[in-house]
Amino acid sequence: MPTINQLEKTATQVRRDIIRMVHGAASGHPGGSLSATDYLVALYFEITDHTPRPFDMDGIGQDLFILSNGHISPAYYSVLARSGYFPVSELGTFRKLHTRLQGHPATMEKLPGVRIASGSLGQGLSVAVGVSRAKKLNNDNKLVYCLMGDGELDEGQPWEAIAYCGSKKVDNLIAAVDYNHKQIDGDTNDVMPLLDLRAKFEAFGWDVLECNGNNMEEVISVLKKAKAHTGKGKPVMILLHTIMGMGVDFMMHTHKWHGNAPNDEQAEKALAQLEETLGDY
Amino acid sequence: MKYEVLNYKDTRSGFGEALYELGKENENIVALCADLTGSLKMNAFAEAFPERFFQVGIAEANMIGMAAGLTIGGKIPFTGTFANFSTSRVYDQIRQAVAYSGKNVKICASHAGITLGEDGATHQVLEDIAMMKALPGMTVINPCDFNQTKQATKAIAGFNGPVYLRFGRPKVATFIPEDMPFEIGKAIVLKEGTDVTIVATGHLVWEALLAADILEAKGINAEVVNIHTIKPLDEQAVLKSVKKTGCVVTAEEHNVMGGLGESIAGLLAEKLPAPMEMIAVKDTFGQSGTPDELMTFYGLKDKNIVDAAEKVMTRKQTKS
Repeated sequence: MPTINQLEKTATQVRRDIIRMVHGAASGHPGGSLSATDYLVALYFEITDHTPRPFDMDGIGQDLFILSNGHISPAYYSVLARSGYFPVSELGTFRKLHTRLQGHPATMEKLPGVRIASGSLGQGLSVAVGVSRAKKLNNDNKLVYCLMGDGELDEGQPWEAIAYCGSKKVDNLIAAVDYNHKQIDGDTNDVMPLLDLRAKFEAFGWDVLECNGNNMEEVISVLKKAKAHTGKGKPVMILLHTIMGMGVDFMMHTHKWHGNAPNDEQAEKALAQLEETLGDY
Repeated sequence: MKYEVLNYKDTRSGFGEALYELGKENENIVALCADLTGSLKMNAFAEAFPERFFQVGIAEANMIGMAAGLTIGGKIPFTGTFANFSTSRVYDQIRQAVAYSGKNVKICASHAGITLGEDGATHQVLEDIAMMKALPGMTVINPCDFNQTKQATKAIAGFNGPVYLRFGRPKVATFIPEDMPFEIGKAIVLKEGTDVTIVATGHLVWEALLAADILEAKGINAEVVNIHTIKPLDEQAVLKSVKKTGCVVTAEEHNVMGGLGESIAGLLAEKLPAPMEMIAVKDTFGQSGTPDELMTFYGLKDKNIVDAAEKVMTRKQTKS
């Protein structure tokens, strides 16, 4: 088991990868990728039981993760590569013609680790519920995890899935919201206030946990707690209180880096704040 | 051969019966329904296999996403709701989570077309084939009667890939013999002829056979080709027939925009230009009425096919 310090180092390298990928592609979404990094690292390097190779789409006997907010693909791809799903060198092909690392995650190019396309928002939780039902039918007691952005909770479909999980007692699924309070047009409180998210989920029958989503120790602890809450007749939701752009000072606390790539100078400035801990791709 | 009316049954019952039988044969078959279990004739499956039946409530987007997720773990999900809620309501979900993701989901849609009847245009989807056939990798099937719907339902369970299966509400003539072979993507020449080709799908196949009888009485020998699989289209079967007859009429219970007729027109324009008429709803919404009144009003009856056949034959003769 990696130590918290080792996990933090992995997260720093993932953040470097994110900056280098979006800089290399001159496009992509650094803001949400940086805010969700700690959760993804905790999930793939500590919490879940998964087999990167050979990649098996059905994943029977493994914990499975479904990404709903597909635009944070740089973070997702970096974590997948660094946990062994495909060569780290392939991160350099992000968003380039004929790459397996499409702008938003896809299955068509058969990138190991990706089980469903995402990008059009609000769909991931429904897919995760389906995966969780397949696990029940297969008597597979592993868990299903799903990460959503906070902005995509503006859509209708997540609430259909949220209702289903609470009403039908889906208790082998742990969902999380990357609650960074930012979406493309601005602060969620200005664009479409989410009001009391905890109360909303609780009203839909969920067991809700919260933590600082950019503190590795807290993220690990809340995920362990969430696992202990499964199998009790209620779906589990984690509100990850995060900061958009976490780890790069000029990208933090602003929606302006939701979907913009840094130029050469900005990339250099960002990378100077992120130590190369595991070796760049 | 001559086709007899074996009975009058709704095509959706063919789906329901086959789904139940599939459930008995294969424990990986699962079904999802958005509060229309009775209408989709999914009750037998739901009662026999409650653990494999997912009632999602009136939440079609979630249903499609769940179906996509159920394939991850080896399940073969059949979703059931009306055709408009199976397509236009959830187009983006189908596009991303099913078609683009290449998931083995069977989208089963009842009450397609205007024969849904009295409920009116909100429920009479006439654009579903257009939407579904525009999705890369989507197989689109529109069977013509109870027996063919049952055969198609069975066939898609054994086919790996996303499928849109379209069927209807009213009781219509069953005329396809139970033992007639059914192969996805393979047209069926129901009646051979030499003067004009009638290419028909869904409820219009029976009208095409009735039209062929009327034409025969007028001394015109029509060939009737049943296209149950609109995509992928059996191009060879269509070309072979039109090469022989030199003219064609298409017939479908769908908007003329984006339907079977357009697929045939595209094929012939590229490979074998021939005089052609399309029997379809002419780019309009439907309205309330009985199925038969609506079929008559929108020009989808045997006599409309006869008129169209005579028109294309005249054009063929003028051309030569």
